[in-house]
Amino acid sequence: MRAKGPAGRVLPLVVVVAVTEGDVRLAIALREQGRHKKRVKLRLLLAAVVMSVQSLPSLAAVLAEDRADLLYHSYEGGGAEISGPSLLIRKKFSENVSASFNHYVDHVSSASIDVVTTASPYTEEREENSLKLEFLNDKILFNIGVTQSSESDYDATTYSLGFSQDMFGDLTTLSMGFSQGDNEVGRNGDAAFAEDADWRSYRVGVTQVLTRNLVSALSYEAISDEGFLNNPYRSVRYVDPTVARGYSFQAEVYPNTRTSNAFALRAKYYLAHRAALHVGYRYFDDSWGIKADTFELGYTWPYSSDWTFEFSFRDYGQSRADFYSDLFAFANAQNFLARDKELSSFTSRTLGIGASYALQAQDSRFFDRFSLNLNLDTIDFVYEDFRDLTLNAPPGSEPLYRFDATVIRFFISAWF
Amino acid sequence: MRVKSLALLLLLASLSGCSSIEPWVKPYERAHLADPIMEFDRNPVSSSYLHHVYDAREGARGAGIASGGGCGCN
Repeated sequence: MRAKGPAGRVLPLVVVVAVTEGDVRLAIALREQGRHKKRVKLRLLLAAVVMSVQSLPSLAAVLAEDRADLLYHSYEGGGAEISGPSLLIRKKFSENVSASFNHYVDHVSSASIDVVTTASPYTEEREENSLKLEFLNDKILFNIGVTQSSESDYDATTYSLGFSQDMFGDLTTLSMGFSQGDNEVGRNGDAAFAEDADWRSYRVGVTQVLTRNLVSALSYEAISDEGFLNNPYRSVRYVDPTVARGYSFQAEVYPNTRTSNAFALRAKYYLAHRAALHVGYRYFDDSWGIKADTFELGYTWPYSSDWTFEFSFRDYGQSRADFYSDLFAFANAQNFLARDKELSSFTSRTLGIGASYALQAQDSRFFDRFSLNLNLDTIDFVYEDFRDLTLNAPPGSEPLYRFDATVIRFFISAWF
Repeated sequence: MRVKSLALLLLLASLSGCSSIEPWVKPYERAHLADPIMEFDRNPVSSSYLHHVYDAREGARGAGIASGGGCGCN
């Protein structure tokens, strides 16, 4: 473990440990008992070294390590191919201030089921830049950020702020956050089309150390939307006996407000052979009538000092929105109309594996260590009331749609 | 007045109660919790991307480990 001086000179690491008043009282009490004095001293020293060498970003009020990540991402499934780079740089400017910058690009080539049945395949690019500042004041970590995303028919600006505070002997971390998004929706080929879609998010979370091997996190987020919430290209279909195929399309009509609630409970458990087990559950509902359950299971296993492997499983299921139908009985059947498969009843199951290889930087003036990471996830989407219109059958009796997607993430991380 | 004094006393007592909670997991017992494999979000840039993949294709949103941005309309 090394630290670098101003001129890149290697300095011995200075061990700095934040000792709370409670810790001092505890240490004094133990010492006054006069029992196990040597053992307690040794354990306190060991804890000091461990706490200084291995940071605890999710549990204690410290700024995250200086780090850079370069990610290549790829999604392929259901006729869509999306790939691109993402670069994250996080740097401390003092013990109390840090900044992070993320540049993210999506190259999209889509011939998805929606595009094939109601439009033409297309390609486009989306770019996103975000800047986040963090300020540490005693045990409170403040953050403020802005994100700008742009593509040919959608511009999004998001402002966010939040804080987290450690309490109760640093066993509990309370966090709260607020974000506001201002979006401008356009439609390619229709210069006159311009709509707004704005949203606000309110978040609160509690991370709690339960035992020396178990930590849990409870979180809640409410999001409210207002404005043009449809996808401007998508259509609903309705029974139309006047045409040969038996149905026609009309534009979707969504409500112009939406409010959602999500509660999540997650836990991580340290297993005796140095591995971590992750379990999680999220409940979701919204004012459109969608209810969803998400279960997560993960296992992180450091095989050696160099290799770490990850295995994950995620099960998701949702009910349809109140105004969703695969086939409406006639045109303008109701005031709100949707046939967006994201609003239908469906399940998705994800299986993921990952491998990470750690490298110590040799003779590098700038970096301490690196890691090479590869994650592969396969997602199986199974729709319960969204039919595949690419196959000929009487309206309403087409086979139900399903598809598999493959997600690849390859990234290099560097700590400096 | 007496009720106010009593309420103030109770408030102060409760505050002092909060500050006197002693951690049941001692600082020197947190080596396992400090292991990087125990972080909920070990690789933010990577988990943020997967979060975006789900957000764009599922009706549910929010209360995730990582937060993303963009319209998610692909």
